[in-house]
Amino acid sequence: MTRIDAVRRLAAAVPDPELPALTIEDLGILRDVRAGAAGGIVVDITPTYSGCPAMEAIREDVERTVRDGGFDDVSVHVVMSPAWTTDWMTEAGRQKLREYGVAPPRGPVTDVQLLQLAIVCPLCGSARTTEVSHFGATQCQAVRRCAECGETFPHFKEH
Amino acid sequence: MTVVATDVAAVSTLRMADDCLVLSHRLAQWSSRAPSLEDDVALTNIALDELGQARALYARTAELDGTGRSEDDYAFLRDERQFVNCLLVEQENGDFATTVVRQLLFTTYQHAQWRALVASPDEQVAAIAAKAIKEATYHRDHAADWTLRLGDGTDESHRRMEAALAALWPYTAELFEADDLTADLVAMGVAADPAVLRGDWEPFVDRVLREATLTRPEITWVPIGGRRGLHTECFGYMLAEMQHLHRSHPGVAW
Repeated sequence: MTRIDAVRRLAAAVPDPELPALTIEDLGILRDVRAGAAGGIVVDITPTYSGCPAMEAIREDVERTVRDGGFDDVSVHVVMSPAWTTDWMTEAGRQKLREYGVAPPRGPVTDVQLLQLAIVCPLCGSARTTEVSHFGATQCQAVRRCAECGETFPHFKEH
Repeated sequence: MTVVATDVAAVSTLRMADDCLVLSHRLAQWSSRAPSLEDDVALTNIALDELGQARALYARTAELDGTGRSEDDYAFLRDERQFVNCLLVEQENGDFATTVVRQLLFTTYQHAQWRALVASPDEQVAAIAAKAIKEATYHRDHAADWTLRLGDGTDESHRRMEAALAALWPYTAELFEADDLTADLVAMGVAADPAVLRGDWEPFVDRVLREATLTRPEITWVPIGGRRGLHTECFGYMLAEMQHLHRSHPGVAW
């Protein structure tokens, strides 16, 4: 395994601080692991939303994880472009979200017909759900209520 | 420390950054005070998006103006006359109707601005715009939803919305004001053409107001000056509150 692959494996396993059931790779936050121009290895990460307060924590977690894994020459770089989209979330990530009690984003976000599909309650599986608020506990989530089981649940918004 | 942006492109990124920061602070003042828990969360979420956009724009401004200032330098160590935000965003929150109207008028403008700048030849400005436009779409929808609910709601909510519109409408003229630099900034692709902005803004705002049974006010006076650092009285009080901690304890860290 090359050094870059080894760093990628370490960085990919870093959990998201707000949704710790998912890794930053599951969420599509980890964009690239590459050789830096001035030597060393660069890890590219991208924010989900402009003001995402988890970004600093993620940067520190990645730096600490790769350092503990024996790599001292790694820098973490935040890239803005191309803009993050929920389409970068892995299938494994979507499944973990569901198990965590969060309705995953539908997608791809450019598919208007797919976005008409019902958002299914992750607790009871009913499709009879309505949005309570477009803004939730974090920037990336909305709040919905299920008419079947009566519970409210977060929905990871398509973005 | 240079207080005026030296590079002309930085004038535009600083204006946009100040718009974002000042609106962010005003919205954050709703924290724990909004009329419902959902809207407490919504307004502070929007504040956070605006803050994130401000940070990215200050970072770009520091590169363009060559001063290498930090985001904190721009936010906390400039005085009132050095802020170049539009007057609309600094207006006090007032009642919830006032905030909703301010959000409708400004976020529709901001949405149009990001839409125009997605194609900016300045790659960083384009990247900021591409990210921000997705967020601005939520912000504009949120404001439009509330405008419909309150405008076409009870007699009392309708009355308050009309009062808020009358108070804030004059400040929209400044959004489309052109100055000596505008043509250059538009040609450089770092500012949106005011005519394009208005062409995007007006139909949307008019449609929402019509559906909300609200009357578009006539412009009776035109307060301007924000882009030149001349602000309304309430702004100084807001800045004093916002900058107090940083200035009283220089270099303090959490």
